Amino acid sequence: MTWTWFHRLGSPPYIYGLAQRLTPWFAWPAGALIVAALYGGLVLAPPDYQQGDGFRIIYMHAPSAWMSLMVYTTMALAAAVGLIWRMKVAHAVAASCAPIGASFTVAALVTGSLWGEPMWGTWWEWDPRLTSELILLFLYLGYMGLRGAIEDTQRADRTSAVLAVVGVVNVPIIHYSVTWWNSLHQAPSVMRLGKPTLSGAMLWPLLTMLLGFTLFFAALLLVRLRGEILNRERSASWVREVLGT
Amino acid sequence: MREFLDMGGYAAFVWPSYVVTLTVAVLNVLWARRALARAVAAARRRMAGGGADA
Repeated sequence: MTWTWFHRLGSPPYIYGLAQRLTPWFAWPAGALIVAALYGGLVLAPPDYQQGDGFRIIYMHAPSAWMSLMVYTTMALAAAVGLIWRMKVAHAVAASCAPIGASFTVAALVTGSLWGEPMWGTWWEWDPRLTSELILLFLYLGYMGLRGAIEDTQRADRTSAVLAVVGVVNVPIIHYSVTWWNSLHQAPSVMRLGKPTLSGAMLWPLLTMLLGFTLFFAALLLVRLRGEILNRERSASWVREVLGT
Repeated sequence: MREFLDMGGYAAFVWPSYVVTLTVAVLNVLWARRALARAVAAARRRMAGGGADA
């Protein structure tokens, strides 16, 4: 077993080039899947027998919430790899994740509020699921604020990575909050053991949207990653070559 | 069409949720491209200056 693949993953020029080549392979399928899922969710899926057409908020709310958790988990894993193996590229991945995750956490909170008002009769409740998701937003903002406050990139990488890793305990809390505590929020309908509780015509647009958003995240991450790698390279000759200066 | 836009009376909640989420998605594309463009410009300046401000 050779470790060359691991070393290559830690090589900024290799990752920079790879990220550039891979971006369209994620971006275009993401766009196509999201458009198909929008059509499926808004037009083809039948109205819910209890919530009528109001349930269609799920196609925006659930993927946003999924992004908020999946992006945080990616960020924490990358931060941990960066701390353990002192890998610059891993820190660059973690730093790229934060603004993407934070913005979709806002989308999850806003769409949740828009769903809560007609169904529960309230825009906001200090409920376990809602509160833990709000804490997730503060973790993202804290991470970004901390990075912004430290001028030296290496020190910013290490310090913010500790916050990202510690904050990951919030991820299972959010996911299981609806099972562990009495919550207004409904129980998981897709991310659960056993079969999803949504019918096929309602389910496929949701799964398509989840996949589309995930690929979209990958594309965004790859674009941001290139910038973060450049920010960490001071006088490397490969940068000259790539930029053509 | 009218019926579709009305969303069974939930228009005031369904459409804003789509607008907010898709706006966040589009903004992410713009922000990511801007972040990359800024990093490229900064790297160009450093290279031109012989890495003096490194």
